[in-house]
Amino acid sequence: MISIRNLTFSRGEQKIFDNISLDIMPHKITAIMGPSGAGKTTLLKLIGGQLIPDTGSITVDGKNIHQLSRAQLYTLRKKMGMLFQSGALLSDMSVFDNIAFPIREHTQLPENIIHTLVLLKLNAVGLRGARHLMPSELSGGMARRVAMARAIALDPEVIMYDEPFTGQDPISLGVLVRLIQTLNKTLQLTSIIVSHDVEETTSIADYIYVLSQGQIAGQGTPKELAESDSEWVQQFMHGKADGPVPFHYPCDSFTADLLAH
Amino acid sequence: MNYLQHLGHSTLKSLAKLGRASLFFYTIITALPYVLMRPKLLIKQMFSVGVLSFWLIIISGLFVGMVIGLQGVYTLSTYGAEGSLGIMVAASLVRELGPVISALLFAGRAGSALTAEIGLMKTTEQLSGMEMMAIDPIKYIIAPRFLAGFLSLPLLALLFSSLGILGGHLTGVELLHVDVGSYWVQMQSAIDFYDDIVNGIIKSVIFAWIISWIALFEGYDALPTSAGISSATTRTVVNSAFAILFFDLLLTAIMFGSA
Amino acid sequence: MNKKSTEILVGLFVCIGIAALFFMALQVSNFQALQNKASYTITANFENISGLKDEALVSMAGVPIGRVSNIQFNADDYNAIVSMRIDQQYANLPTDTSASIYTAGLLGEKYIGLTAGGMDEFLTEGSIIELTQSSLILEELISQFLFSSSDK
Repeated sequence: MISIRNLTFSRGEQKIFDNISLDIMPHKITAIMGPSGAGKTTLLKLIGGQLIPDTGSITVDGKNIHQLSRAQLYTLRKKMGMLFQSGALLSDMSVFDNIAFPIREHTQLPENIIHTLVLLKLNAVGLRGARHLMPSELSGGMARRVAMARAIALDPEVIMYDEPFTGQDPISLGVLVRLIQTLNKTLQLTSIIVSHDVEETTSIADYIYVLSQGQIAGQGTPKELAESDSEWVQQFMHGKADGPVPFHYPCDSFTADLLAH
Repeated sequence: MNYLQHLGHSTLKSLAKLGRASLFFYTIITALPYVLMRPKLLIKQMFSVGVLSFWLIIISGLFVGMVIGLQGVYTLSTYGAEGSLGIMVAASLVRELGPVISALLFAGRAGSALTAEIGLMKTTEQLSGMEMMAIDPIKYIIAPRFLAGFLSLPLLALLFSSLGILGGHLTGVELLHVDVGSYWVQMQSAIDFYDDIVNGIIKSVIFAWIISWIALFEGYDALPTSAGISSATTRTVVNSAFAILFFDLLLTAIMFGSA
Repeated sequence: MNKKSTEILVGLFVCIGIAALFFMALQVSNFQALQNKASYTITANFENISGLKDEALVSMAGVPIGRVSNIQFNADDYNAIVSMRIDQQYANLPTDTSASIYTAGLLGEKYIGLTAGGMDEFLTEGSIIELTQSSLILEELISQFLFSSSDK
């Protein structure tokens, strides 16, 4: 469905991705994992065509998205839903209008059909009762569920989740995990999750790529990764404080630092 | 040497920003036909940009006019020329104070709000979110606001000048008993519709363009953090003020310089 | 704030703004286009018009009857040709009407004063006023006064 070949992307001097290649299987949940600052969100923006890589290609549905014209890119984006970390709901519209927004913009459907569609989407995330609320009145977990409903409003083929589990209480966490799974199954979606929450992600992902320092440090099914012989992957998957990723930010030895003064 | 490098660095940075701003402006222009097809978007922005600035402009205009009325009588009575008060009030308001002060107030009231709003939308990923929904935020968010600012300020400037002239009437004629006939008749004979009023409107149209452009660009270009938004908002007000004063000098030199 | 009242307020705002424009045009300035009265144009040659401008008043017996529409320099006789737009309602100006350039007050604007003659025929579109008196130039006056007093 989506394949990334020899992708290099840098921001200023820093190389965020250094010649990586990965594939995302249709109708599966693929997770991209890695520590904060590994460029996971950047990868989603590259797939969505919001950023342009230095070299390499990203093909979605057989089309190299960085060679598309603006109009073609916009057509392709209608097949992609994206869930932003903050939800990215439009703050001057109610929950109902937020979900109706992409439908109203991209289709000529009459208002009563839009009404039904929106309620269906809201029902899927369990928030039919919250349709009159404004985004500022929603809790973080609810905002993310509304954003999910909006992401599936146009019945996309691909849906991308940017850190869906960050900062959620255990109950909304459970709800989100279940939602991602059921949406993927019932709507036959191709899901991409970007996350550093190991437990939740491994519980639903079919395949996982672990990124570190611009490279793919490990890949495989959750089970394969848990048994990986890479020390780095072990440290990440099991959340050890020290290991190949040192506890200390790189510096001179402590004694040298003390003696310097 | 260090100083030179610093100078070079900031010059390059400003040029890059000017380039981004020009591209931004170009994309707004190409998006304007879309706004004209969706008048509802425009009306909503006309409300928050224009209508909400209404009372500020009305009251400021009235007070500025009243003050010119008072000061004018004191100054002109030295020469026994109180009759010319109408000319003095109208000419200063229509040519200069109306367009300039309303533009400065507009930059503070509406420009800063636009920057903060767009900056916040960027920070909360609403703009990216729209792009990913295949909806162009330039068309849907930026262009309607630009057009609303562009249309509102000239109207506000006209209101400012009108209220100012009435304010001058209040203090000059009602309070200090300048002859009501000479206030209005001398004004009418001295103020020319094209040379004074139309030129004043042209000024405020240009100010409207500058303020809307600066405010929207600063918001769009802001660093997506709270510190980024606050400094962008400050820059909007400061840069708009400088730009207004500079262009006012330039336009005055072009319009009234030859007369 | 619902949609309807927003729209009404925006409509009101635009109306008030346009009303301000009309106020400016009709009450504050000498806007001609709307009060587009019928008029006819006559011209006059002056030796010197210093200070006279476009749109200056043309009056007769102190009553404004028209405006200066155009000022040109005639390279043949080094005079100024002034065109005046006179309101149609003052169509009965005799052909021997004379024109002078005056100053309103000591430092005021220049204007043209017409003085009626006694002929039976009237000026019409394109007529030329033959009798003109140039504007008084303060410096010339002063120097004349000084020379004439030193002669004594």
